[in-house]
Amino acid sequence: MQFMLLFSRQGKLRLQKWYVPLSDKERKKISRDLVQTILARKPKMCSFLEWRDLKIVYKRYASLYFCCAVEDQDNELITLEIIHRYVELLDKYFGSVCELDIIFNFEKAYFILDEFLLGGEAQETSKKNVLKAIEQADLLQEVCGLCPR
Amino acid sequence: MPAPIRLRELIRTIRTARTQAEEREMIQKECAAIRSSFREEDNTYRCRNVAKLLYMHMLGYPAHFGQLECLKLIASQKFTDKRIGYLGAMLLLDERQDVHLLMTNCIKNDLNHSTQYVQGLALCTLGCMGSSEMCRDLAGEVEKLLKTSNSYLRKKAALCAVHVIRKVPELMEMFLPATKNLLSEKNHGVLHTSVVLLTEMCERSPDMLLHFRKLVPQLVRILKNLIMSGYSPEHDVSGISDPFLQVRILRLLRILGRSDDDSSEAMNDILAQVATNTETSKNVGNAILYETVLTIMDIKSESGLRVLAINILGRFLLNNDKNIRYVALTSLLKTVQTDHNAVQRHRSTIVDCLKDLDVSIKRRAMELSFALVNGNNIRGMMKELLYFLDSCDPEFKADCASGVFLAAEKYAPSKRWHIDTIMRVLTTAGSYVRDDSVPNLIQLITNSVEMHAYTVQRLYKALLDDISQQPLVQVSSWCIGEYGDLLVSGQCEEEEPIQDEVLDVLEGLLVSNLSTPVTRGYSLTAIMKLSTRFSSVNRIKKVVSIYGSSIDVELQQRAVEYNALFKKYDHMRFNLDVLYDLVSLLFQANDLLDLLGGNDVMPVIQTTLPTKPASAGGELLDLLGDLSLSGRTTVNGLKIEFTFERANPNPNIAVITIHATNTTEADMTEFVFQAAVPKVSHDLSVTFV
Repeated sequence: MQFMLLFSRQGKLRLQKWYVPLSDKERKKISRDLVQTILARKPKMCSFLEWRDLKIVYKRYASLYFCCAVEDQDNELITLEIIHRYVELLDKYFGSVCELDIIFNFEKAYFILDEFLLGGEAQETSKKNVLKAIEQADLLQEVCGLCPR
Repeated sequence: MPAPIRLRELIRTIRTARTQAEEREMIQKECAAIRSSFREEDNTYRCRNVAKLLYMHMLGYPAHFGQLECLKLIASQKFTDKRIGYLGAMLLLDERQDVHLLMTNCIKNDLNHSTQYVQGLALCTLGCMGSSEMCRDLAGEVEKLLKTSNSYLRKKAALCAVHVIRKVPELMEMFLPATKNLLSEKNHGVLHTSVVLLTEMCERSPDMLLHFRKLVPQLVRILKNLIMSGYSPEHDVSGISDPFLQVRILRLLRILGRSDDDSSEAMNDILAQVATNTETSKNVGNAILYETVLTIMDIKSESGLRVLAINILGRFLLNNDKNIRYVALTSLLKTVQTDHNAVQRHRSTIVDCLKDLDVSIKRRAMELSFALVNGNNIRGMMKELLYFLDSCDPEFKADCASGVFLAAEKYAPSKRWHIDTIMRVLTTAGSYVRDDSVPNLIQLITNSVEMHAYTVQRLYKALLDDISQQPLVQVSSWCIGEYGDLLVSGQCEEEEPIQDEVLDVLEGLLVSNLSTPVTRGYSLTAIMKLSTRFSSVNRIKKVVSIYGSSIDVELQQRAVEYNALFKKYDHMRFNLDVLYDLVSLLFQANDLLDLLGGNDVMPVIQTTLPTKPASAGGELLDLLGDLSLSGRTTVNGLKIEFTFERANPNPNIAVITIHATNTTEADMTEFVFQAAVPKVSHDLSVTFV
């Protein structure tokens, strides 16, 4: 995976995870253009498109679009499953997640993503294990904030 | 100094802004506060401030002044600080700026931290955005962690190693020992990331590929266990056990089995098993089937397995889910060359996809349809494709038209069918056909001698309906000029037009706003040609002389030349045949220059009065003795000059000399010379000099 973007129906970015080195300016341009392209698509169209030289996989969950840019050899259908898994993780963590949760707790959304994917690939395929790790890390943050050295 | 406001408080406040200007004001105010807080080196609230900065950055505001603060957070001992610090680094820093290198030491320390969650943060950051320098410095640490028994860290180290290898391929070797028993792990996270690591290594190095081929039996075993094992709640997705791992293993098997018979054979059974047993009611099952099909098609599988794979794709085409249809078409497009017959069986389903609403699906269906056209199915397929051409979006029309022409050329069952098909394309998508279609079609029509009457009649009728599509108009004009005698002579089945009607149409083209200059050229030439076929010569003379003062230089030039020919005719009193031959020759030259698309076509006629009467045998050559005809044009740097002259010593031979010169500095390749025999009763032989 090269990057993942979460954005609202109005085109506001809620999360952006980049796995390829690009400058801030380049990222902004890509985000803006891609978001416009996807928002212009009709609901009946398929979840895949070729955009510039990238393969894009996207899916809408309620008011949020989840959009990934994957490599040529990547399986588009399993990417949909990856997106779905991430949504399930957010759902379990926040308890019936909605866009507001992601807006007000964006850093948590990142932490969860970083326990699920690393360098653009899935690091853990068990839902339980991802959530457990987040739970423990949160605990570490809450309880002492200090790390035993 | 009051405590900086909390993150959620800030978010709430900013969201109350009703205008962009209001929001900007709030942001600027907060940024100023954050900046002064940073200046005071406040450790307590640094984390909170950076978090707020990251939020504002996501809204699109600049946040670069927070970069160093991220580094300070990473260096802090507090886990909270590290968490936000690393997040900030991943969002605000990129490897192009040197400041990112300051992270290296912190990451190194954190990779050796006693708390695995801190180590995890470091591995994640390195694996996400580590630059080549950082990777070089820290590869050793990653390699160490790849050998740990802690599966939480091992899985992260594997993906981090993937990133290191991508950034610094030379370091791949050092990870080889650590891969030794990766696949013996029970932990799915480690298994999955290990397979990703092995895949990366095999894709990059043929040596690695050879080395890891021996893992095929083990991979097959793991895959088998996943399929045969009972319900495992931890990894279950809609009844399938760890589809992510299954897909990655299938992909690695593909790479290992490619161009290797033994490996391919070893995985044959498991592939067949997956292909037949996987539940297809949900997307997840289809994802696995899709990967299986890709693997089967890429390795050296036996034909039975290949047919099975193509049939899966055929079933995919019938799936209600358009995503599934999309991947099916994509895959079929890849295999249509190698497994043509098998794909043919699904032709009707593919053709149905032409009617799909989704643009990407339509495009793939179109490409696939053209790939499937052959001598047996040409009639049926063309019907569907022409229907598609009629109704498709403009973005498809050019490609579709080209495809139709190519297919028609290759497989036309009859000349009449061929011409009808071309007509259909010209009338439905005439404005989208490529520029070279016009000369190609004229060539085709010329060669279909028995169809001339039919063709000119149909083209004439098409012209009556619509003069807006230039390629159609150009081809029609040319045909009418060339075969106008057939058009009015009653050879056609339907009621034939009279000469004046035909001239009306051609003159209409000359004055119409819809006609381009090129089209006008075609129609003027056509009108002129008809002066040797029709009897209304006076009318034609009038038209031609009008255009002798046309604003369009090209048109003017032609008209002036043609006028000259008329004058010649008056004085010379030749029989019509000879003039006809001469004019034909000139027009062929003109047309050829037209077809070459030259912008500065300059046919030149110098005429002098003849001093001797026409003789029996070489009237044409007598003409040539008095007229010298030449033409000159330059297209894309290729300069072409024509001259017509009488041969020496044999006066019965007319010599047409063509000089082709490359006026550019680059080499020209693929120079093709084509000569069409004009409609004169002379032989044409070609000698290259």
